[in-house]
Order: sequence, then structure tokens, then C-alpha cells
Amino acid sequence: MSNRKDRLKGSLINFAGLLVLFFILVLVMQSGVVSSYVRGIIVQCFFAIIMVTSLNLVMGFLGQIALGHAGFMAVGAYTSALLAKAMTQANILTATPAAGVVQFLICMAAGALMAGLFGLIVGIPALRLRGDYLAIITLGFGEIIRVIIQNLKIAGSKGLAQGQAGQPLIGIPVMNNVYVLYWIMVLCVAIMFTFVRSKYGRAIMAIREDDIASSCVGLNNTYYKVLTFTISAMFAGVAGAIFAHRGLGTLSQNDFSFLKSTDYVIMVVLGGMGSMTGSIVAAIVLSALPELLRAAAQYRMLVYSVVLVLVMIFKPTGLFGAYEFSLQRGLKRLFGGRKEAQKA
Amino acid sequence: MEVFFSQLINGLRVGSVYALIALGYTMVYGIIRLINFAHGDFIMVGGYTLFFTVPLMTAAGMPPWLAVILAIAVCAAVGVGVEKLAYSPVRKKGTKMSTLITAIAMSLFLENLAQALFGANPKQVKTIFNLPNIGNVSGNTILTIVLCVAVMLALQVFVQRTNMGKCMRAVSEDKEAAILMGVNVNRTISITFAIGSGLAAFAALMFVAQYSQVTNTMGSMLGLKAFIAAVLGGIGSIPGAMIGGLVIGMAESLSKAYMGALTGGVITSAFSDAIVFLILIVVLLVKPSGILGKNAGEKV
Repeated sequence: MSNRKDRLKGSLINFAGLLVLFFILVLVMQSGVVSSYVRGIIVQCFFAIIMVTSLNLVMGFLGQIALGHAGFMAVGAYTSALLAKAMTQANILTATPAAGVVQFLICMAAGALMAGLFGLIVGIPALRLRGDYLAIITLGFGEIIRVIIQNLKIAGSKGLAQGQAGQPLIGIPVMNNVYVLYWIMVLCVAIMFTFVRSKYGRAIMAIREDDIASSCVGLNNTYYKVLTFTISAMFAGVAGAIFAHRGLGTLSQNDFSFLKSTDYVIMVVLGGMGSMTGSIVAAIVLSALPELLRAAAQYRMLVYSVVLVLVMIFKPTGLFGAYEFSLQRGLKRLFGGRKEAQKA
Repeated sequence: MEVFFSQLINGLRVGSVYALIALGYTMVYGIIRLINFAHGDFIMVGGYTLFFTVPLMTAAGMPPWLAVILAIAVCAAVGVGVEKLAYSPVRKKGTKMSTLITAIAMSLFLENLAQALFGANPKQVKTIFNLPNIGNVSGNTILTIVLCVAVMLALQVFVQRTNMGKCMRAVSEDKEAAILMGVNVNRTISITFAIGSGLAAFAALMFVAQYSQVTNTMGSMLGLKAFIAAVLGGIGSIPGAMIGGLVIGMAESLSKAYMGALTGGVITSAFSDAIVFLILIVVLLVKPSGILGKNAGEKV
């Protein structure tokens, strides 16, 4: 699969697969069986996918555990929500639903940039440490971000000029158009996927395997680490923006506690550290499952934690490990006979 | 001045509880290099044990604080159980990251088990101590501080003077060499966990005596702050944990009292949690080995 033609074919197949998925989504949405409740779950799956894949960049590919990812999500969410409120108050891009989408995209981009900036600010000092110290320091930064948001006047109640500290932000413009969100999610995952397949991705995996050896062959470890962390934070910001506009119209700093961060850590670990497709599957299953099993919701975390320990004992790299599902390979195996599949 | 003094005493009391917990963190980290995220939840286990045993003690006509003996036993059993069932198998196979994730998982497990068993509502614990005030300072506060210092000294003597303490130091220095010298490493680790968790029961006693409330998540914030205290003092060092705990406690209570006035209301008392985390960040960046820790240096 190394030559260019094959790679192009692979991208086309993947794109076709995504289109098929999109049409299934359209069919399901148009059939009228989707209540607003189910729509909420679908949107939840989308931002969870972005969150988990972005966290996987740090945990799976950089090999460092970060416990403050919800903090970056919060930065993205609040930036986007406040900007959207300001734009709506000034009547910018509010006339039609299409304009609303553009407004959302601008706010989301702002949220992503702001979260990326925070990732950079946090990453430069924090990434001098590693292992459990890095875990703790990211946790610390995440909590600080949360406490600051809690005490910001503009980020509470009605927000902006009429804001009040310590209250949930209300009246956020809603953007839960699943078609748009689907393509945003696809684009985010695709960017992250190409990132880990690029020379940057290979560099960070080299650092993960042996940081002394990687610096000996001339890789600038700090640069790559901070870059990965910043990108990861940026996408967490995108996820946060989707979260902020998901339809409830409210945002509370409690949504971004340390427990939220561990939630996503669980998803990354169960999906497999170093497997993007594993992350996607884990994000979908673990976001939808608690909704389907409402009755057992009380025992959800109990079950997760036991499963997590068992996975750590029997397969420390997570359920999928670093295995990636490939549509091209799957199709070949289905139609092209065994021999060709093995060659691929 | 009156306010300052009372805040200082307040900080010493809170700090003593942090120090008791930090001792547990430090001992476990010293021996297996693991941040035991579940340690904070051992306090919760101790708290619930006290909730159930204090009325029993009163009914039996004994002083209620004797319930702590049972709490220590339960905490130690839970601590050793967690180590045997989860940490030990993961440690044998996995990486540092997987043991850390296991620790987080055990923390979630204990919190959610408690919620499933006892519900999410706080439980009121009966009064444990009925001590007279000394001057303006409550008896509880003095007892907490004295107990904390006593435990720290006892622990220091235990680690430095006894045979078991020697084994602990040996395992923390070099596990393989300790095995060659005939140290039973697994037993040493288990005993470390038992002692660390037992200390959590003490912390639970002092916490409950002050706030008379237990919830299933009471340990998480307490544990995090105590961990910061351990890092500040120099993780692996017993007097360090004590100093770190007291410093964090005082920083917290003084910042609650004075932060608003000092910054002209820009940073209010609500930021006291953030200030504790800020201390952690500064320590990790400036002197990761902490106040009393040995500078290990990275192996290259």
C-alpha cells in the first residue's frame, strides 16, 4: 500500500464509505423516527468522538497521560458560546438557518483557537515533566481553568455585560444540525488521522518509544510534544464548541470537572491507546450505551471501572491496542479473495 | 490580628488532616512509584465505617472514638485488597501508564461502590469528641494537630529503626537488590499499603470529627490536595509530607481569608482551590523533588 495510486484509491474508498454513512444518517433523520432525544445522543456521539480521538493523540501516540482534557473542552465551549451570544446580540449572521451555521463555524473556530492557545500555554511548562507528574500537572491546570471560569463574571448567568459569576451560562444559541456536525466530526478525525500518519506522527511515536533515542537522531522532542498537545487541545476546543451549542442552551463549569476528563480517559483506554478507529468505536458505544441502559445507569461507572482494571491486567494497551480498522482492507478481504488481502 | 491567628490555627488543623493523608501517599509512592489515586477514597471508606460504628460504640457504652480501631482495620483491609487484586497484577505486566490508569479506575470503583451501597446523600456522623476549648482554640483542632505530629514521629521511628522499616527503605531504593538480600518484597508492599490506608482512617476520624459528614466523593478533593502536599514536601519523605500538608493547609485558609483584600477583589476567596493547584504547578516546575525530597535526576 505504499504507492501513490493505492493510497489515492484508499482515500476514495474511505470517502465513499463516509458518504454512505452520511446517507444512512440522512435517511434515519428524514424517516421521522428520530426524536429530539435521539438527536441529542447523536450529537453527543459526535463531540465524544472528537474528544476521544484528540485525547488519543496525547495518550496513545505521545504516550503521556493527560487528566485535564475537559479543561480545554471548557475553554472551547465558553469561548464559542460567549462569542455566539455576542454575535446574536449584535444581530450578526442570525437571519437564516444557513447564516446560523456560518455563525457557529466562526465561533467554533474561535473556540478551537483559544483552546489551542491554552494548550500551548499549558503544554510548554507541563511537558517538561512526564508520566505521573504530567498527569497530575494537567489535572491541576484543568482544575484551575474550571475555577477561573466559575469566577468569571462574563461567563455566568446571562453572560457578557449582564453576567454573574458562579452561575451556569444560559441562552446560548443552539446549533444541532447533525448533517453539519457530521462533516465537522469527519473533518476533525481526518485531520488528526493524517497527522499521525505524517512525519510528525512518526516523530511523536518515536518519542513515545524512546525519547532519548529520538533526540539522538535529531528530533526536537519538546517541539513535537508541545505541537501534539496543542493540536489535541485545539480539537478538544472544537468538541467543546459542539457541546456548548448542543441544544440545551446552558453551560455549567461542572460539565468540565476532573470526572469528565477521566470519562474520556476511560474511552481512550478501552478503545485502545494508539488506535483512532478504536477511539471512534469506544466514543460511540460508551456515549450511547448509558442512554440505552438508563435503568442501569447507577452502576455504569462501577462496571466501567471493573472493566478498566480487567483490560489493564489482560491487555494493557486497550481493547483494540494499536489496531486500525481499514475499509480498504476489509473490502479486499470480502471481495478480492484471501491472497490479495494478505498482500495488502 | 485576631482573625489572622484564628485562620492560622484553622490552616494548621486542615493541614494536619492533609498531612495524615499525604503520609499515606508518600509511603506508597516511595515503595512502588505509583500515585495511588484511590488513596483519597480510603478516607471515604474510613468515614463510612465510622458512620456505622460510632453509634455501636456509644450503644456499647464505650467512648465513640474507639470506632477508629475498626476503621483502621477496614481501611487497611481495603488498601491491601486493592493492591493484591488490582495493582499487583497490573504492575507485573503493564507499563507505568497502565498502573496509573488502574489507580484511577480503583478510585472510581470505590466511589461508585459507595454510592451504590449507601446512596449519594451525605450521611451525618454523631459527635465523636466532646473536648473543651482551650483559650479560643477548639479542643478538636489541638487534638488533630497533636495526633498528626505524633503519628508522623511514630512513623519516622518505625521506618528508620525497625526491621520492617529497613525492608521498606530497601525496596524503595532498589527492588531487585532487596530481593537478593532476602527481603520479602510482596509482604513489604502489602504492609506499606496497610499502614498507609490505616493512616487514611485516622484522617477520616479527624475530618469527620470536624465536619461530621460523609459522602461518597469526600475523598477525591481531599486526596488531590494531600497529594499536592506530598509532592510539595518531597514525595517519599515522611517529614516532607508533614511540612507539605501544613503549608498547603495554611496557604488554603489564609488565601481564603485574605486573597480578596490583597488583590482588591480581583481574586476572591473562591480561588483558593486554584491557588493550591498553582502551588503544585510552581513546585513541579521549579523543584520537582519538593522541599525535602532527594534529587533523583533522570536516568540517561
